[in-house]
Amino acid sequence: MRFVDEFREPKLISKTAEEIRRLAGTKLRYRMMEVCGGHTHAIYRFGLKDILPENIELIHGPGCPVCVLPMGRIDDGLSIAQQPDVIFAAFGDMMRVPGTQGSPLEHKARGMDVRIVYSPSDALKLARLNPDKHVMFFAIGFETTAPSTALTVMRAKAEGIRNFSVFCNHVTIIPAIRAILDSPDMRLDAFIGPGHVSTVIGCRPYEWIAQNERKPIVVSGFEPLDMLQSIVMLLHQLRAGEAKVENQYKRVVPWEGNHAALRAMAEVFELRPYFEWRGMGFI
Amino acid sequence: MCLAIPGKIVEIFCDNQDSALVDVVGVRRKIDLGLLQDDKPVPGDWVLIHVGFAMSKISEQDAADQMSTLRMLGEIDGAIEEIRGYGLEDAN
Repeated sequence: MRFVDEFREPKLISKTAEEIRRLAGTKLRYRMMEVCGGHTHAIYRFGLKDILPENIELIHGPGCPVCVLPMGRIDDGLSIAQQPDVIFAAFGDMMRVPGTQGSPLEHKARGMDVRIVYSPSDALKLARLNPDKHVMFFAIGFETTAPSTALTVMRAKAEGIRNFSVFCNHVTIIPAIRAILDSPDMRLDAFIGPGHVSTVIGCRPYEWIAQNERKPIVVSGFEPLDMLQSIVMLLHQLRAGEAKVENQYKRVVPWEGNHAALRAMAEVFELRPYFEWRGMGFI
Repeated sequence: MCLAIPGKIVEIFCDNQDSALVDVVGVRRKIDLGLLQDDKPVPGDWVLIHVGFAMSKISEQDAADQMSTLRMLGEIDGAIEEIRGYGLEDAN
């Protein structure tokens, strides 16, 4: 149990870990998927696997937007940006992601006008500052970033800015979960639901997972104690033969989500019938 | 991009109510409040910020917890870099 002493409330963590061992017993095996890449990062960083009993297996989900982006999308974005007077704007995370002709950073070295932005509103600002250029924002992310792109597009329209485009690579989390559940060789018992995505979409969109698929799902925070408490909640449900949506991260995630963010997404985006996910094929 | 960064609202601008100055461990930058229009924050409130937009109001305690989570995850430098980057200071 490395790291435990460094955590906040180490006693409570040890107690929760004990409770997990008691609830998990030794006879059954529990396979739980953490959907969100942030949770995967936390599991490794905090050494949570060392804390959990062997019969609880955590399976990593598809929740890293950069990792699931197929190379063709980077190629397409960069080829648009190869036209004259185009500025390619993207988050720093994208800069080293390889396309078949190299990464955005390598294209910059070859003379493309590539800019790092930390916010879609800064990509719009680039368009205001460079009226003789066309700014293409390479938009990426789940529902944590999609509403910001949507609002930025609404602002551009309201201001009448015409030299700004978005190359949209936003994905939503629910179709990915559905694809995982539809996959014949994936046996899962429960889900640890994403934390920050759920501040936007709320908990309702997960109800089909509980009601139709009979899998428990607990929306979880990112601290070690949050994740361990979520596992306790899942084990309680699994032992009782229940399947419900529960919210462990109530202090940040409202059940109904963020309506203003959902409205902005609904106004600006249309759902595609399918999209390619690297490692998962077309969903 | 994937970081949720806690910040304290310092000032809401008179000329643009959708824009606010936030403080993240001493770094002050302008962020967008447009996605909190149903439940507008006021100066002194804490918010979670994603890519320059406040996405939810949180308590001061939760802000401190989120900061300690970022620290434990080794993401503090990334968070500060992101906050400093808002407003294109690094991009121009």
